Amino acid sequence: MLKKVSVALAITTALWSNSAHSQELNALVWCDHTDDALIKPFEEKHGVTVNLKEYEGTGAALSLIEQSQPGDWDVLVIDGVDVPRAVSAGILGELPTDQLPYDSLFPELVMEENHVIDGKTYAISEKFGYNTVSFNKDKVSQEDLADMTKLWSGDFSGQLAVYDYYLPVMGMLAVGLGKETANLTMDDLPEIEEALLALKDSAASVGEVVASQTAIATGEVDILVGGGEWVTAGLTATNPELDWMIPDQGAVRWSQSIGVFADSKQPDLALEFVKHVLSPEGQAALATSSCYWAMPANSAAGDMLTDGQKTALRWDQQSEYLAKAQLYPAPDSELDAAMQDVWTRFLAR
Amino acid sequence: MSQTAATSLETAERRRAIALAAPAFLWTLGFFVLPFAIMFVLSFWQRTDEGLVASWTLENYRTFFGETAYLEAALNSIEITLAVTFFSVLLAYPLAWIIAEELPARYRRLALAMAIIPFWTSYVVRSYAWTLLLAKRGVINTWLSDWGLPVLDLANSRIATVTGFTHFFTMLLVLTIYASLVQMPPNLKRAAADLGAGPFATFRHVILPLTMPGIAVGAFITFAICIGDYVTPQILGGGNDLALPQLIMLQVGRRADLPMAATLSIILMIFVTIAYLATARYMKVEGR
Repeated sequence: MLKKVSVALAITTALWSNSAHSQELNALVWCDHTDDALIKPFEEKHGVTVNLKEYEGTGAALSLIEQSQPGDWDVLVIDGVDVPRAVSAGILGELPTDQLPYDSLFPELVMEENHVIDGKTYAISEKFGYNTVSFNKDKVSQEDLADMTKLWSGDFSGQLAVYDYYLPVMGMLAVGLGKETANLTMDDLPEIEEALLALKDSAASVGEVVASQTAIATGEVDILVGGGEWVTAGLTATNPELDWMIPDQGAVRWSQSIGVFADSKQPDLALEFVKHVLSPEGQAALATSSCYWAMPANSAAGDMLTDGQKTALRWDQQSEYLAKAQLYPAPDSELDAAMQDVWTRFLAR
Repeated sequence: MSQTAATSLETAERRRAIALAAPAFLWTLGFFVLPFAIMFVLSFWQRTDEGLVASWTLENYRTFFGETAYLEAALNSIEITLAVTFFSVLLAYPLAWIIAEELPARYRRLALAMAIIPFWTSYVVRSYAWTLLLAKRGVINTWLSDWGLPVLDLANSRIATVTGFTHFFTMLLVLTIYASLVQMPPNLKRAAADLGAGPFATFRHVILPLTMPGIAVGAFITFAICIGDYVTPQILGGGNDLALPQLIMLQVGRRADLPMAATLSIILMIFVTIAYLATARYMKVEGR
């Protein structure tokens, strides 16, 4: 009898806890949005449950959205350069700019060319950083890496890993070859591919976010091509030998944007979530996420970060870095397909 | 019994057999035939900027055969799978032999349980465990360094992938080969010895042929699971050996190109089907 009562109690408790927040918000996000420090305050304030689905790469997000019913999703986090793609596919709805913290956004992160289409704003930057070079300063000096072309010269054979994402790495190599990421064409691909394949010959491994971090943190490699503060900033306490730098030729700047789905059934709540992520508290939590650290788009987050955190993020050097970095390439569909073909050949080599 | 009564009994038995087979049939129809049919149809569709376009085109298959990287991925998958199957059989046979023939009966159950233990952990855990052993600063290279020997590039390589797979499938093959060995009548070996056959001749002409069905079935299961596995090559291969499952994931994850992913999956299924037909043909020939 006692056992039956206990079971009934457990089921009732589970049902009650599941229904404690009857309203749910569904967000399609990168892994840095899953910390309780970011999500719990919003859930508690609004009495809702936020369901998060992680993805990596815009293709994966589009695939998930295609397989969903209209209204399934409320909030989307997406690469800044892919916002126009999402808008043209009718995925994102318009955002009310007067309710968002544009006054304190880093000016370079406003990115009207990506976020504003036909006079309407569809997304806002929330976090940014660089795809550049992370390295173990006990093994390699900053001077050794000043010239980016050395990465694929064979000088570091077996010492480097490559971040497995075609856009930033190919963009970075394009910068190293003296090209502008915004103006890449099909004619640029043979030269980029040649450098990329030479890079593969020197690479010990190619891996996604966690594998890349693990490779350099465990000493498996000394250099991570495509790395940056997102790899090393969160590891400074345990791995002080890890550092990152921008080579003389420059680097690629990545940025994440956040928006509300056009067919969200609860656009007001979704907008509240966007405002929460863009708030100084939300931005500080996002910047120091356990998945990866990076600069918040809202400069007001500086008040919420400790000096140590700001040092790890190189808060005071951002103006210099922003000047040296170019945006991710934003290829049209034909160039994008060709770039992915090149990347497949790189992986198969 | 009258003819009418016999016919009625036969009809009732047939109905009962159909009723008993129906759940298995419906299960296979719903969870294999139908999804496979959808995948087959999808492999002829196209992914465009506007989304998926229903069509009957061979474009995806043309892309596969026209793109060297895709063919290399298929070749990598076959090479890795054949190597894993070969090494797994090579290691599993003596292990199964020791358990079935050499070990005292009271320890056999314990030995088999130990053979099964690796199945209790997930692919991911097993693969990461192997990286701890094979990494540049891993256990093996630490030993080598301590003994003054050069460090080896074991991790992030095909060697690592084949090693991780072989560890798992050796245990699987031990079970199928062991089953064949214990079913073998013991007097066959005595008869061979009575007829003057030495241990090697007995093994070659009596034991090995009788245990070949166990090897063939285990090898086919190894082939079918290994060629479709994504996790082990991804973790242990370190992105240095693109295999078909990884290529399929690239289509889904990066390109949202489900038709191309379906095409590659069909090609993978064709490889498995060829392996199955070869196994079935061998079993049929041996069964005569």
